[in-house]
Amino acid sequence: MATVFPAEFAALEPFADWAVPTEKARYAKRIASTMDELDAFYDTAFPLLASGTDYLQRVTMADISEEDKHLLWLFCALVTVAFSVEAWRQPKVPDTGAASIDSVVEPAV
Amino acid sequence: MAHFKKPEAGSWTAHLEIGTEPVSYEDSITPAHYELERDAIFKRTWLNVGRVEKLPKRGSYFTKELDAAGTSVVVVRGMDDEVRAFHNICRHRGNKLVWNDFPREETSGVCRQFTCKYHAWRYDLEGKLAFVQQEQEFFDLDKSRYGLKAVQTDIWEGFVFVNLDPDNSTPLREYLGEFAKGIEGYPFHKMTQAHTYRAEIGANWKLFIDAFAEFYHAPILHAGQYVSDEARKIQKYGYEALHYDVDGPHSMVSSWGGIAPPHDRKMVKPIEGALRSGLFGPWEAPDIGLTTEELPPAVNPTRDPRWGMDSFVFFPNFMLLIWRPNWVLTYHYWPTAYNTHVFEATCYFVPPENAFQRLQQELAVVSFKEYGLQDGNTLEATQTMLESRTVGEFPLNDQEVLLRHLHGTARQYVREYQQRTAGAPAAS
Repeated sequence: MATVFPAEFAALEPFADWAVPTEKARYAKRIASTMDELDAFYDTAFPLLASGTDYLQRVTMADISEEDKHLLWLFCALVTVAFSVEAWRQPKVPDTGAASIDSVVEPAV
Repeated sequence: MAHFKKPEAGSWTAHLEIGTEPVSYEDSITPAHYELERDAIFKRTWLNVGRVEKLPKRGSYFTKELDAAGTSVVVVRGMDDEVRAFHNICRHRGNKLVWNDFPREETSGVCRQFTCKYHAWRYDLEGKLAFVQQEQEFFDLDKSRYGLKAVQTDIWEGFVFVNLDPDNSTPLREYLGEFAKGIEGYPFHKMTQAHTYRAEIGANWKLFIDAFAEFYHAPILHAGQYVSDEARKIQKYGYEALHYDVDGPHSMVSSWGGIAPPHDRKMVKPIEGALRSGLFGPWEAPDIGLTTEELPPAVNPTRDPRWGMDSFVFFPNFMLLIWRPNWVLTYHYWPTAYNTHVFEATCYFVPPENAFQRLQQELAVVSFKEYGLQDGNTLEATQTMLESRTVGEFPLNDQEVLLRHLHGTARQYVREYQQRTAGAPAAS
């Protein structure tokens, strides 16, 4: 079966549905998830981000491959999820009710 | 105990001579006052509608809804490379000229000419009426008299401004004053990686500027963003700025707040440590051709080594934040009613070279959004209770001096407009 991520990051394959290309959709997935789901994703992905600095610094944006693009989107999702896991302990930002701030322009990758 | 030196007068507020008495927010809860602000401010001052990078080539255009000024404009780069703006209205029957699917939503693109959806009247990019469907059916139609209605347009350091007052005689640079002059030369053109956010806010436009013009609130409202022991430490310390200044209707605060990484590593969350980034931007600043010491004189005006960021309020509704790690954030507040507005924020970075830098920028952007969500929702809570009018006077402290200046300036514009128009015949 084809893999989504570079071989070094094979442990992320079960979380391939977090490789979402837009911030708006990543945030929507976060608030539609339970804390158990967010914790499971974070617990697997965070150590790979922390140890993956050298790899990520070698991935140049000008000629990024499809696998690396997926990896980048997944780590962008980890950034979004980290606020729930590290700070809020809930999917939504506290005291934000119906407020929303939506991404309308963002880089293609 | 003061951590930073205040002016000789004893306080910023006394130094800037704008009064220390409690203030009223009637200007933020009165529909009739908002109507006056539309005429006195939004139809008469220079408004920033975006950057030139949104118009990369000849024929590039974008529309901007200016509800407070009662119009929509289309901004376009012509075949002569000039940037122009026009009222977004067809001269034939008044249809909105440029829009897609939803008439009230903004749009952008590239075209050779503008064609009205209604009867296919066409205008070239310089605004001239170029084609009339079944022209022979009209009566002595002089096409040269039916070009698009032009709007005064000018550019400062790549920021495109319009002024909807056809009688305006103040050039943009003169209007923007000393702060803008002192910022010139900052390499905004290198920061082309843009992330834009938009929110509909249930509060008067000035109240959100208030929220971002003081950092007194940060250790309290955003306490949950810190590790809990650190939150208590920060609350005890409070907030003081390095410097405040005003120039005519404009103002600025210079802050130590943007130093990255924070000196106290216990404040750093795991994701921030892994990515070496946070709300204040990536810890490693990209090369912009200038060192911190070489930045233009209005940036870090006190040349304090602890400097982290400057926040400029260009009246009425454009905020420009310049961060020490070489990135820029802009805020715009577009009123839609006395108690609602559209908030826009754009983060501008030097384009990332690699995936790690891209993630560092993502963390800065998403951090801004998490804070902004808290700020936005708090404003609705403020607006509704101000409207109860159960309390009419509110004290402001010295770290809130820019709020006092903003509301005072807005009221002054309204007052002067009323004086100018008093006795004038009512508009028909």
